[in-house]
Amino acid sequence: MREKRTIIIFGAIIGIISVALVYFGNPANMGFCLACFIRDTAGGMGLHRAEVVQYIRPEIIGLLLGSCLLALFRKEFTPRGGSSPFTRFIIGFFVMIGALMFLGCPFRMVLRIAGGDLNAVIGLVGFILGILAGIFFLNKGFTLKRTYSLSKTEGSLLPVTGLILLILVLAVPSLFFFSSEGPGSKHAAVLISLTAGLIVGALAQRSRFCMVGGIRDFVLFRESTLLIGFVSILVFAVIMNVILGYFHLGFAEQPVAHTDGLWNLLGMLLVGFGCTLLGGCPLRQIVLSGEGNTDSAVTVIGLLVGAACCHNFKLASSAEGPTLNGQIAVIVGLIVLVVIAVMGCKETTNS
Amino acid sequence: MSNTPIDARGYSCPQPVLMVKKAFASQDAAYTVLVDNHAAKENVSRFATHNGYGVSVTEENGEYTLSLAKENA
Repeated sequence: MREKRTIIIFGAIIGIISVALVYFGNPANMGFCLACFIRDTAGGMGLHRAEVVQYIRPEIIGLLLGSCLLALFRKEFTPRGGSSPFTRFIIGFFVMIGALMFLGCPFRMVLRIAGGDLNAVIGLVGFILGILAGIFFLNKGFTLKRTYSLSKTEGSLLPVTGLILLILVLAVPSLFFFSSEGPGSKHAAVLISLTAGLIVGALAQRSRFCMVGGIRDFVLFRESTLLIGFVSILVFAVIMNVILGYFHLGFAEQPVAHTDGLWNLLGMLLVGFGCTLLGGCPLRQIVLSGEGNTDSAVTVIGLLVGAACCHNFKLASSAEGPTLNGQIAVIVGLIVLVVIAVMGCKETTNS
Repeated sequence: MSNTPIDARGYSCPQPVLMVKKAFASQDAAYTVLVDNHAAKENVSRFATHNGYGVSVTEENGEYTLSLAKENA
């Protein structure tokens, strides 16, 4: 019971902070979005040249460091890895393609629903279907194999890289790209973004928040703790959106969204499926990286490279809708995941 | 009565719980589960409790041994 109360409170804080970030300047319904922020960061580093989505998002670095610091404090910083790292990279790559088809990670999907964006409800249907597909393979014995303990150096490299990136952005901003218009130009002040990231990162570390885990554990074991957290974020974000006048119910003219239902569904299906195979949503991958999990660190780099490719090869949707290249990439992604999932079951049975 | 430990070390959730769930099919009175992370320890404990097992945990060098024993209702 106490655990459930804690996760409701944490969800409330995360929901409130998410909408507050929009108030302080982030794009609408985008207080947090791991996919969008990793994509903006890829743009800020010049890994893609889509001028409207270039900004090193301090939230991402905050999440990573917030999780890392709390894990160190609680003696839960446990460097580990070696569980099919390159497979995870590839899955991460395609999860990003699915997310940018829909225009949001599972976290932003919840925030979009909280803003009244009904396209995101269709996304949620796809997301659940994707998780069910993943669970089907988990029950068949799918695994990416075990992890092993690694050195403290190995485990700390991604958080340290994040810290260095932050220092460089603050000290030598001329190295980076900054959007002058579009979503990339909309952001809260650096200190606010960073603090929000640190707090949410620490709360997510403490509670093991995961958008995929909530639905997955409920279906598999009737375990509702993480799902309650998910609902708590939604409820409190709705309340904040209504108070601030950000709540607009409907399909049309939603911010940084499109209305193509089929592709919203298929995009999130790819995300749900991929994240279930990975064992966690993009937020959880960042948080685990902070705890020293280098499989998750590799996944995060997969997301980053996926984001760069999305814009370099015109796979990402825009407010006008999906692109043909993006549709092909999502279908390819679904096929790749099925192959990985089937092989992952076979190898278990053989060994 | 099998006392072969369920070795879930190196696995993160949901795998350890799935391994235990599969093992429960044999309906033994007791199981031993090895895990090496806090989340797995908590999730397996919770799952076992839900299924009517008493859980006792010992820790050594960051690895946990969970002893599950069927409680008579």
